[in-house]
Amino acid sequence: MMKTMTSTALASLVALGALSGAAQAEIRLGASVSASGPAAFLGDPEAKTIEMMIEEINAAGGVNGEEIALTLYDDGGDPNKARTFATRLVEDDEVVAIIGGSTTGTTMSILDVAEDEGIPFISLAGAISIVDPVREYVFKTPHTDRMACQKIFTDMQAQGIASIGMISGTDGFGASMQAQCKEVAGEFGIEILADETYGPQDADMTPQLTRIRDTDGVQAVLNPGFGQGPAIVTRNVAQLGFEIPLYQSHGVASNAFVELAGLDAAEGVRLPGTALLIGDLLAEDDPQYKVVNDYIAAYQAKYDQEPSTFAGYAHDAVALMVDAITRAGSTDPAAIRDAIEATSGLVGTTGIYTFSPEDHLGLDLSAFRMLEITGEGWKQLD
Amino acid sequence: MDALLQFIFSGVTVGAVYALVALGFTIIYNASDVVNFAQGEFVMLGGMITVFAHQAGLPLPLAALLAILATAAIGVALNKLAIEPARGAPVVSLIIITIGASILIRGAAQLIFDKQLHRFPAFSGDDPIRVMGATILPQSLWVIGGALVVFFGLWLFFTRTLTGKAVLATANNRVAAQLVGINTSWVMTLSFGLSAAIGALAGVLVTPITLVAYDVGVGLALKGFAAAMLGGMGNPKGALVGGLALGLLEAMTAGYLSSQYKDAVAFIVILAVLFVMPQGIFGKKSTERV
Repeated sequence: MMKTMTSTALASLVALGALSGAAQAEIRLGASVSASGPAAFLGDPEAKTIEMMIEEINAAGGVNGEEIALTLYDDGGDPNKARTFATRLVEDDEVVAIIGGSTTGTTMSILDVAEDEGIPFISLAGAISIVDPVREYVFKTPHTDRMACQKIFTDMQAQGIASIGMISGTDGFGASMQAQCKEVAGEFGIEILADETYGPQDADMTPQLTRIRDTDGVQAVLNPGFGQGPAIVTRNVAQLGFEIPLYQSHGVASNAFVELAGLDAAEGVRLPGTALLIGDLLAEDDPQYKVVNDYIAAYQAKYDQEPSTFAGYAHDAVALMVDAITRAGSTDPAAIRDAIEATSGLVGTTGIYTFSPEDHLGLDLSAFRMLEITGEGWKQLD
Repeated sequence: MDALLQFIFSGVTVGAVYALVALGFTIIYNASDVVNFAQGEFVMLGGMITVFAHQAGLPLPLAALLAILATAAIGVALNKLAIEPARGAPVVSLIIITIGASILIRGAAQLIFDKQLHRFPAFSGDDPIRVMGATILPQSLWVIGGALVVFFGLWLFFTRTLTGKAVLATANNRVAAQLVGINTSWVMTLSFGLSAAIGALAGVLVTPITLVAYDVGVGLALKGFAAAMLGGMGNPKGALVGGLALGLLEAMTAGYLSSQYKDAVAFIVILAVLFVMPQGIFGKKSTERV
C-alpha cells in the first residue's frame, strides 16, 4: 500500500516536472497596466488589446513556434502596486520582458525593477522623462506631450497665430502638457497671454474662459486636458460664442469626445491625433492603412467598441515586442533588448518606429496628424 | 459688467449642482445623524441608469423615472442590508458602513455599466440664453429649478407633514419616538429611499452639464458635503444656501483671483465660517444632555 502511494507520488512529481518543463518552452511575457482605478480609461483598453493580441498570436502558432504565456496584472494606477507586480513578474513569473505602466507614475516604478533586473520594458506612458535620459532596458510607444505641443504650435504658426490663451486641467495629463507647452511655445514665436486651470471634476469653466476672452490679443485657445474637462471646455467655448479657434490635445482624440461635447460645439476644434483615429480616411497606400484597419476591425469584433488612442499604444508595444523576440530568436532578455533597439521601420498604429541607442521612443512629429472636427467627421489638415 | 454676470451665472449653475447633492444628505442625517457618504453614488447611479436606459431605447423622461425608482430601491436595500443589521452601533460605525457601501456601489457600477464617460441630451436644447452679454444654458435653469423644488418639498415635508416630523423625532430620540408609536425602522427605510431618490434626481438633472462616469460620485459627494456643512447639516435651507455660496465663491475666485486657487479659497472660507459658527450658517445649536 505504502509502496503504491510513494510511486504514485513519484509519478505525479515526474508528471509535474514534465509539465513545468513544457512551460519552460513558452515565452513568458509580463504586463502590468492600470485596468481599474483613476487611470482605467488608459489601462482598460490597453489590457483588452494586450489580451486580444496575445490570443491572436498564439492562435496563429506563436512566436518562433512557441506560445506566449501572458501574465497580466492590474495595478489600479498605484505606483506601489506596480512596483510589487513588476518584482513579482520578474521573480515569481520569470518573464523575459514587460509591457505596461499605463501612467508615468506606474512606469517609473516598473522601470526601476526592469533596469535592476535587466528585463526589457516597453512603457505605455507619455512623459519624456521615461526615455530621456535613455535607459538601457526601457522603451516607450506613445509620443510625448512635448511633441503634441510642437505639432499644435506648428499648425498655429501656419495659421499666423502668435498669441494664445491656455486653459489646462490640473490632472496629471493636463499639468504635464501645460508645462511642456509653456516650455516650447517660445521656439514657435508663440506668446501665452492667459494661463488658466480647472479641476478634473469641475462642472463649468466659463469664468476662466471669460478671462481668456477678455484678454487683449488672444488669437486661439489651447486646452491640454483629459476626461470630461475638455468636453465641458468645448461646450463652454460654444456657449460663450468664441470666434477664435479652439485647439484640444491628443488626450481627447476620439469619437467619444465628439459625442460628449456634442457635434455643434465640437465642430471646428483642432487637435493632433494618430492614424488610428482616422482609419477609414487613410489612403490605401498609406503605410499605416493595413495595420490600423486590421486592428480596429479585430478590436471591434471582440469588444464591440472602437479602440482608443491609448489602446493603440498597447498594440504597438505588443507588436514591437513580438517583432523583437522573433528577430532575437531566443528568450534571453538581453538579446530581446538588443533586438528592440535595432527595430527599424516597424509600422504601428501610432506611427512608424525606428529605435537607436540614443532614441528609445522612435517616433517623430510625422506620427501625429493634425485633425479638425467637421460636420462630416474628422478632416486631416496636413 | 458682463464678466461679473457671467461669473454669477457660472457660480449659480455649479452651486445648484452642489445644493442638489447637499439636499440629499439632509433626510438621512435628520433621521439618524448619519452622514451618508454613499450619497454621491446615488447621484452617479441616477445619471448612469438614465444613460443606459435611454441607450436601450427608453424615452428620456421614462429612463429618468426608472433611474430614480431603481436608485431609491438601492437606497432601501442599503438600509435593510447594511444599516439596519448594525442598529445600535455608534453613528461613526454607521458612517463607515456608508463609506463601504459607496466603494461597493462604485465597483459594481464599473462592472455592470462601463468605465467610459457618458451624457444624454439637455432637456431644452443647448442654445445658450443671452442676458446682457452673459450666457447661461437652459439645462442650468433646470438644475436651479430642481434644487428649488427639492428644497421646498423638503421644507414642507419636515415642517408640515406628520411623517416628516416622525423623521425628526426618530433622530432626536429613537426610544421616545417608538414610545409615542412611531415605527422607527420604517422611518429609516423611508429616509434612505427618499435620499437616494433625491440623489438620483440630482444625477438626472446635472448629467447633461457635468457628464457622468462610474467614479464621479466621490467628487460630487465631497463638494455637496462641504456645502451642507457650510449651510448647516440637516437643514434644507442650509444645503441650498451652502451650495450656492460654495459655487459662487469658486466662480468669483476663478474669475477675479486665479483659477489655481479656486478650490483652496472655497475651503478656506468654509473653515473660517465653521470656526465662528461650528454648526454652519443655519445649523441649530444643540446642547447634549449629560
